[in-house]
Formats: sequence, C-alpha cells, structure tokens
Amino acid sequence: MIGSDFYLDDPRPADGPPVIVGAGPAGIRAAQTLLAHGLRPVVIDEAPKAGGQIYRRQPDGFSRSAKDLYGFEAGRASDLHQTFDRLRPQLDYRPETLVWNAQGHSLDLLHTAQRTADSLRWRDLIVATGATDRVLPLPGWTLPGVYTLGGAQVALKYQGCAIGDAVVFAGTGPLLYLVAYQYAKAGGRVLAVLDTAPAVQRYKAAPAMLAQPAVTAKGVYFLSWLMFHDVPVHHGVQLLRAEGADRVQALVWKDAQGAEQRTACSAIGLGYALRPETQLADLLGCAFAFAPLHRCYVPQIDADRRSSVPGVYLAGDGAGIMGADAAEMSGELAALALLQDRGIATDAARQAKLRQQLDKTQQFRQALEVAFPFPEDWAARAPDELVVCRCENITAGELRATAASQPQGDINRIKALCRVGMGRCQGRMCGVAATEILADTLKVPVAQIGRIRGQAPIKPLPLDMTVLPQDQEASHG
Amino acid sequence: MAHAIPLLPAGQLQRLKEQGRQPLQFVLNGQPAQALQGDTVLTAVLTQSAQLRSHEFAHTPRAGFCMMGACQDCWVTLGGEQAGRKLRACSTLLQAGMQICTSAEAVAAANATQVQP
Repeated sequence: MIGSDFYLDDPRPADGPPVIVGAGPAGIRAAQTLLAHGLRPVVIDEAPKAGGQIYRRQPDGFSRSAKDLYGFEAGRASDLHQTFDRLRPQLDYRPETLVWNAQGHSLDLLHTAQRTADSLRWRDLIVATGATDRVLPLPGWTLPGVYTLGGAQVALKYQGCAIGDAVVFAGTGPLLYLVAYQYAKAGGRVLAVLDTAPAVQRYKAAPAMLAQPAVTAKGVYFLSWLMFHDVPVHHGVQLLRAEGADRVQALVWKDAQGAEQRTACSAIGLGYALRPETQLADLLGCAFAFAPLHRCYVPQIDADRRSSVPGVYLAGDGAGIMGADAAEMSGELAALALLQDRGIATDAARQAKLRQQLDKTQQFRQALEVAFPFPEDWAARAPDELVVCRCENITAGELRATAASQPQGDINRIKALCRVGMGRCQGRMCGVAATEILADTLKVPVAQIGRIRGQAPIKPLPLDMTVLPQDQEASHG
Repeated sequence: MAHAIPLLPAGQLQRLKEQGRQPLQFVLNGQPAQALQGDTVLTAVLTQSAQLRSHEFAHTPRAGFCMMGACQDCWVTLGGEQAGRKLRACSTLLQAGMQICTSAEAVAAANATQVQP
C-alpha cells in the first residue's frame, strides 16, 4: 500500500473534468454516462478509433460490414461505435495517446502519431485498460508464425489477414473456438483446434452455464459449426512444442490417450483466456488482492468499482476478466459512482440493477473456469530449456535455479536477479508462466509469488519525442 | 522435386479479405515492395516475408506475437531519411515510400548508405 504517502505532496485538484483511460466497451459506456449527467470527460485511448480490442474497428478504406467483423456481437459493436461517434463532439477525445506514467494526480501522456509528450492533471479518473491474452509458452513459441489467439483475431478483424495459410488453434477458453470459427468462416484453413481442457469439464460446467443460455448457445454453435465443417477438435491435449527452422512448420502435441501427434502447419494461435492490464492501476497506487478466480492479483474494488485510491475507479476487464458485456455494465457503474462522489444525483435503482447483473456474470464466469480450466500441471511439465521470457530470453531452467536461492519466492526479487519480466513487455507475456514455474519450484501457492510491479514507462517511449509546454489542466485540446 | 516439408509461402500472413484496396509502394530491406493502403507495417512486411527483426540476444527471427501493442516483439527499424528510427509494426499504418529494415544486415546497410557523402 503506497496510496497515502504517494499522494501526500500532491493534493487532489478541486476541479477539472473526469478523465477516462481506454475507449473500449467500459470506457465508452463510462463516457456516455458522465455526459448524460452533464460532465464532459477527457477520453484517452491508445487506438486511432474507439471500440477497444473486442470491437476494434478496421482502418479507413476497408469495407466489411459489422456482421462480417463481429458476427453475433455485430449489434452490440455497432451500438457502441455509433454511441461513441454521436457523443464524440461533446468529448475531449484524445486517440493515439498512451498513458505511460502516473505520478500523484498527474498522468504522463505520449501522443504516438506526433511523438509528443505532455501531462494531464486529474481530479477523478476511470481506468478502463482492458486485457491481453493469458499466455503459457511452449518450446518454439518465439518462432515467426506463433501468435496469441487475440492477435490472430486482430489480424483478421483489423487487417483481413490470417496468421498463416494453415493454422492450428491451441490452448483453452471460449476465444479458442470463436477465433477458429471466424477463420474458417472467412476462408482460412484451420487444421485443428486443440483444447487442453478435458471434454468432461464442459459437462461439469453445464448447469451453471445455463444461467446465461444465450452466451452458452453461441459457444455450442461455434463448436458444432467447426465439427460440421470437418475441423478436427481435440479435448484434453498437452501441447509439447512448436517446430521449425526459421518459422513454424509443425505443432507437436499429446492427445487425451497419451499418444504423440504432429500436425504440420504454418501458424499457431495460442492462448489460455485473458489476463487484466493492471500497470496503470498499479502506478496510481491502487491496492491489489489475489483473486483465485483469475489466478492472479487484481486491483481491489468495491461493489461500485471504486479502487482503494480516492477518485480512482476501475471499469472493465482491467480489474478482473468478466467479458465485454460486463465491461459495458461496469463502465456505467464506475461512472455512476464517480458522479455520486461528486455529489451529483444518480439513479439508485439503476445502480442496484447493474450490481445485480454483474453478480450474475460473476457466477457465469466461475462456470467458464470449470469448462476451460487453467492447466495447473503446466509448470511441472515445462522443460528447463523452455524460453519463458521472450524479451530477455530467460529459460524455465534459469528461473528454477534462481528460485532455489530465493525460498520466499517474491517475483520482483527474482526478476532483479535473473531479468525475467524485465524486458520491453514488462511481463505481460511471461508473467503468468514465470509465476506458475516459481510456485511449482518452491511448492508454494501461486499467491505467495506476488505480482510483477508496474513500472514507468508502461510501454516503450521513442527517444526523439518532443515534450510540449505544460498547461497542466485537463482543458487542453 | 520431392520435399520432405511442404513448401511454405514466402509471406507469413495470408490475405483473406479486403484485397481490393489501393496499392502502396514501400521499400523492404532496400528492395522495392508493394502493399495495400490501410495495411499496418506488420501486415505489409509479413504478407511477403516471415521476419520483422532479429532478436538482440538470441539472433533468431521474430515476427510479432500479440498484434495489439502489448508484447513489443514487432519493432522494426527504418532506413532512408529516418534511418535508425524504430517503430512498432502492429500499431503503425504503412505510409508510401517507407523504408523498412527487418534484419541486422539491412539495418547496417541502411546506416552505411546514410553516412555516405
């Protein structure tokens, strides 16, 4: 807890517009709610167009319809995009802007297109930074042709491309089936879908999943569609290695019966559900707690999405993975809490309803974890030569050797000693795997390993950026 | 001609949709190349090759990973007037005439050209 000391020398500004970081489903609904109550928020987003990763929009000059791009979610995507476009003139919208640091009540910004930097003071702040793929590496995963499942989806949605001309999708989670379906439907060649979750898990999860029949039906539809179109789907597999000289040429895996299989391919989409992006919440001094459901530390929030830091609210997947529909709800709820804390009247019944709907999603989310369980035995099977940290090229063997001298297991200490998670991605790609290997080596619970602390800059900065003169107020732009 | 391994296409990425866009000329490792308006630098390069950079320590080829600006695996180096500048290929749209280097040799060649009188 650094909260109180951190803000001691920088009292909270008494005025200024609310600031929202992230323009995905959570950020857009938060902005809409604030505007509806008479506030004009600043909306900062890294992307050139609002929508977030899930409803990412294609560049100008592309022509596919929302139905082509978002399938069953076309209605939701279009509604969010149209809402944002309609409200945009009333917003202080800053696209292509990265928040790379937070100090006291000030955010440091990089305008990526112009390579200019300035800072922005905030009185209250909604953090809606979203998620990235949760990755567990396999030998050969640094070869060209291996991408995350989310990355494979972005290639298709944003660029009309497949990650290769013969693709295997592997890992677990709902995205595995969705992306495989989207690829096959777009004319891509999908050689196999390899799910590490045993088939039986789906039946165990079925009763609770029926709490959200529409979502469950979509999942069943994707799976049935794939099987009907002769895409081989295997459950209960173990992924052994990606093979290839200068790029991927095969995925070697073990089937549920224990027989080794080799699928020649030119690309692999890999992922095990999602992990929250928490660096900004961390730099803001928010308290974190271990969440067994997410198997990681997440920033603590109250039922209305207030963080432990006065004036900071957390919306969407950045405070724990709940999905896009829940992100819309939590964005609205966070904005309502902010309004309430400013003394602006809000609709208590609406807040109660949103809380209740988010509770329901939480139950469904638990069922998903049963259907697509995290492979808890992954670390014990990871070979010593496996590259865990792809930035710094740190292997599982090096991690295990370092852990042997650090029985208390704090990952930040181990990072200092062997550079795991110290590269340019800040542990986004290797943090989960490193934590699992350390916990397995030291025979301690995952929670005891801790979490890689967020560091500024949150993402790399160009050396030739120009620092703009400061106006220090959120009224800029 | 018998091949033990099936021949891979030159490009890692395969275009499936949106292929009717305007062509855009750029330079890849000193050679003229063509992509499409609206391509990211990553798409422009990886639809015709399978490498964006060489890893600093392992010296093995890398071609990006997350496609959403998180993993920082897809940084490429520019040549020409902007020689030495680096950019993240997945989140930068290609501009006409961009000179992109994806190997240590191409970067060295671009820098050598740059210091000529």
